[in-house]
Amino acid sequence: MPKFVSIEDAVKLIPNGASIMVGGFMGCGNAHAFIDALSKSGVKDLTLMCNDASMANGPDGGDFYGVAKLVHNKQIKTLIATHVGLNPEVAQQSMIDKTLEVFLIPQGSFAEMIRAHGAGLGGVLTPTGVETIIEDSPYCLGKQNIDGRDYLLMKPLKADFAIIAGAKIDKAGNVWYKGDTSNFNIVMATAADTVIAEAEEIVEIGVIAPEDVRTSGVFVDYVVEGGKYV
Amino acid sequence: MMDKNEIKAFIAKRVAKELKDGDVVNLGIGLPTLVPQFLPEGVKVTLQAENGIIGAGLVTDENRAPRHVVDAGGQPAAVAPGGSFIDSATSFGLIRGGHVDATILGGLEVDAEGSLANWIIPGKRMPGMGGAMDLLVGAKNVIVAMEHTARGNPKILEKCRLPYTAVHCVTKIITEMCVLEVHPEGLVMTEYNPAFTVEDIQAATEAKLIISPQLKPMC
Repeated sequence: MPKFVSIEDAVKLIPNGASIMVGGFMGCGNAHAFIDALSKSGVKDLTLMCNDASMANGPDGGDFYGVAKLVHNKQIKTLIATHVGLNPEVAQQSMIDKTLEVFLIPQGSFAEMIRAHGAGLGGVLTPTGVETIIEDSPYCLGKQNIDGRDYLLMKPLKADFAIIAGAKIDKAGNVWYKGDTSNFNIVMATAADTVIAEAEEIVEIGVIAPEDVRTSGVFVDYVVEGGKYV
Repeated sequence: MMDKNEIKAFIAKRVAKELKDGDVVNLGIGLPTLVPQFLPEGVKVTLQAENGIIGAGLVTDENRAPRHVVDAGGQPAAVAPGGSFIDSATSFGLIRGGHVDATILGGLEVDAEGSLANWIIPGKRMPGMGGAMDLLVGAKNVIVAMEHTARGNPKILEKCRLPYTAVHCVTKIITEMCVLEVHPEGLVMTEYNPAFTVEDIQAATEAKLIISPQLKPMC
């Protein structure tokens, strides 16, 4: 059974230099309240694995949406992502200030590399990236030809912490996602040593029908309540 | 002369004719998003957004929920009746697994071998590939929809000079000047915009064009 803790206590779990996976896509599906608290915590030198660095502005205005807060506060030392073009601070910190190291991975490979670690697999063979500069990535271990087609062997991705977010989480830690917020949350919940899940609302067991659970509570270590943070 | 918006609409209108009723289609950002409004009568497609929508629909004041539903550009989105939400691993399984009929996207450079570069300008811009590398490798048809040149410079080259997004992947290139099919022997011009001569089009193209014997006007 997961522990139900305050956001403040959950943030204290994360030390300087930790690697964190954060679910979400351009901020949609980020654990907004937890990230806000983490961005104010002073924790630094983080390795962030997230699809993107979110956007400078949220969909309804507001500065530094989701994980963009962590970039803005210069808490990220290494970023492993698929697309960083909507957050201009990434280019500033990585190409001009040289304070942020960025590794770009194709989005489908990124999802599958995370899934691979969570599923106990030693790598992913994908046709994506063949004959591109991905072949030179430290996350690419080589090329294999199978039945006449080339595939890249990509390393699994794991993290110390996964920070996931669901609309409803029940008291067994089962997660229900609203809209398309499930995105990377589902694979990330399987691929970290410690999983912290933010609920908009914590509900009693039974409120989420078993067939509607997308992340089982067995993957979740801590649950925090974030409310309808925007 | 067409202005920028007219050029984009002209290209999008021609691209729309490539889609068949029932196709599952992924649209890149920008020009490709104009394509659905030009779909011929009776052609309905399922729009897939790689962040997790199968059957994207129209955003209205009532269904707008940007905290929970966005498209692949991070903008507020919606799901159409009959659509569904999926997670990222499933979404890219759909894409790589050959379940997407067509992807329509822009390019910085595309070449005579059907290779495309559209994700990085080393030392200058590194937005990232997002889902583009997977889409190019996995979609059954890859349609590059873009303006023929960039500030007068050719974008259709013998060989890409920028880093590839994927190689040997493009099936068709549609610009305001012409329609090009990618064949093993090179780029075959099957349609041209009569506002230009074949010589004009070749002059705006670095790759040597093969003129189809059935060359006809774009419409």
